[in-house]
Amino acid sequence: MRQFIIRRAGYCLLSLFLLSLTIFFFVRVTGDPAALLIEPGASPADIAAIHHQFGLDRPLWVQYGLFMWTLAHGDLGQSFYYQTPVIQLYLSRLPNSLMLAAVAMIFSLLIGVPSGILASVRVGKFWDSAGKVFALLGLSLPSFWVGLVLILVFSVYLRWLPSSGSGTPLHLIMPAFALGWYFAAAHMRLTRSSMLDVLGSEYIKLARLKGLPEALVIAKHAFKNALIPVLTLAGINLVIMVNVAVVVETVFAWPGIGRLLYEGITFRDFPVVQGVVLMGGAMIVIVNLMIDILYAVIDPRIRLER
Amino acid sequence: MSTPADVIVLPSPSPSSARSGAIRFGDIPVIPTLILVVIALVAIFANQLAPHNPEIGTLTARFKPPFWQTGGSVKYLLGTDQLGRDVLSRLIFGARVSMVVGIMAVLVAGVVGTALGILSGYLGGWVDQVIMRLTDTWLALPALTFAIFLAAIVGPSMWNIVIILGITYWTRYARVIRGEVLSLREREFVRLAIVAGCSNWTIMTRHILPNVINSAIVLGSLMLGVVIITEATLSFLGVGVPPPQPAWGLMLSDGKQGLMVGYWWLTVLPGCCIMLMVLSANLLGDWLRVKLDPQLRQL
Repeated sequence: MRQFIIRRAGYCLLSLFLLSLTIFFFVRVTGDPAALLIEPGASPADIAAIHHQFGLDRPLWVQYGLFMWTLAHGDLGQSFYYQTPVIQLYLSRLPNSLMLAAVAMIFSLLIGVPSGILASVRVGKFWDSAGKVFALLGLSLPSFWVGLVLILVFSVYLRWLPSSGSGTPLHLIMPAFALGWYFAAAHMRLTRSSMLDVLGSEYIKLARLKGLPEALVIAKHAFKNALIPVLTLAGINLVIMVNVAVVVETVFAWPGIGRLLYEGITFRDFPVVQGVVLMGGAMIVIVNLMIDILYAVIDPRIRLER
Repeated sequence: MSTPADVIVLPSPSPSSARSGAIRFGDIPVIPTLILVVIALVAIFANQLAPHNPEIGTLTARFKPPFWQTGGSVKYLLGTDQLGRDVLSRLIFGARVSMVVGIMAVLVAGVVGTALGILSGYLGGWVDQVIMRLTDTWLALPALTFAIFLAAIVGPSMWNIVIILGITYWTRYARVIRGEVLSLREREFVRLAIVAGCSNWTIMTRHILPNVINSAIVLGSLMLGVVIITEATLSFLGVGVPPPQPAWGLMLSDGKQGLMVGYWWLTVLPGCCIMLMVLSANLLGDWLRVKLDPQLRQL
């Protein structure tokens, strides 16, 4: 077990290392980072000063070492636009992102799980096909477009909900739905296939042979077991949601991390962009590690794999 | 794949074609294919079809609604945008951008991913280790954020987007293809080829590649939808196809300005185009998957 954790943690570190290396080299290979670090129209003397200040005139491996050194100290650089450390900005936006992701997750589970169960109980019937259409639509509609259409219907025409901003629970409904739909489709598909697996197993047959009512078999025996993979996926998806909410947050002017990234891009505020991408990557790598370990604790077979 | 005698083969509507995996004309899902063919034709003949120049507008004719609404005219069938550009013409040329970016990005990702997958699966050893570690780490990165990051630093251009999407999504091919190659490597015909003295290159290109190409095509068709949505997202955020080039994602981004005053056509129409194309690609991909995947076909 310990060996397994050590190996996984090693892979995780390798991932983080490659992530930092990729970001570092893409910034430097694709052009002069000084051009990204200063306002457009700066004089050559200013550019040279920046070069010296950030050590860009030193060899690449020294630069990479410096880059990692500052990272290891939790320093993601300074935002030009806000004139504050990137890490502070990131942490101040994180709660909003987490709140949006949590509500979107509740939406997606409330829609995805029941419709997945319904589809699995009625395989090949109307509800199954309806679920398939719903899932396909969820996967085929860009979330930002869903958001724009929601604004058009509920803010412009019906005037029920505020079109953008934050502050009240009402502000959360539309962005959470736009973000949650795509994931609802994924959760629905997994619930359906997981339920089908469980429903074909021996202990469900036994439960039925005992003469238990079908509703009890589904609700108590099948559903509980089918839920395990769905909840695991939901755990990973929650982190992914925080990181892919860029467009939804942009559409609804929701002050989260995604919006921070968008502002970083539009203001050419490069340290912010780099910081958000690094943090997002690190977050996903670490959650994957945690899930791997959790699985190994639950299922000994995984531990013995190479 | 030879079927052992004790395996029950489910009766299928067309046993002969199902067994050989041949695609018959009658099986093709008509509507999605038709939609994709129409979009492709529109993209090819955009110059002939578009009634106006998509990049130059008439400032006196800004925010004209579609022709069936009051204030609209037949001159601009689907209305105009904030610069007085014809929405229909922009949608028509936008199809070209989506088609080109979608197909080229899927090709780039497919070629890179399939090549690495075959190398990794067939050669094994340290090559496999290196490629798979790289794939794993790449998969661990959030694809969308990574694509946004790359696009933000290399600057907006259509061909940059193709490359970026290609290097963002190759991992999915590498994983799947490697898995298939691992089992192909143990099969008789590959062993015989080794005995016959074929070089690794010949075995990989002549014997392995034709056997994994089906899976690559299935993945590609499913990937097309993902790639088109990502392209639209990048364009929407302003790091994709640069204005004034007409891309559907860019049109949505422009349409935001008119959203609160109810200029719905600027938002709804480009989104419908994206949806139609992605939905068709997904439906076709699902069908191809069932058709070409031997495991699924026997279920």
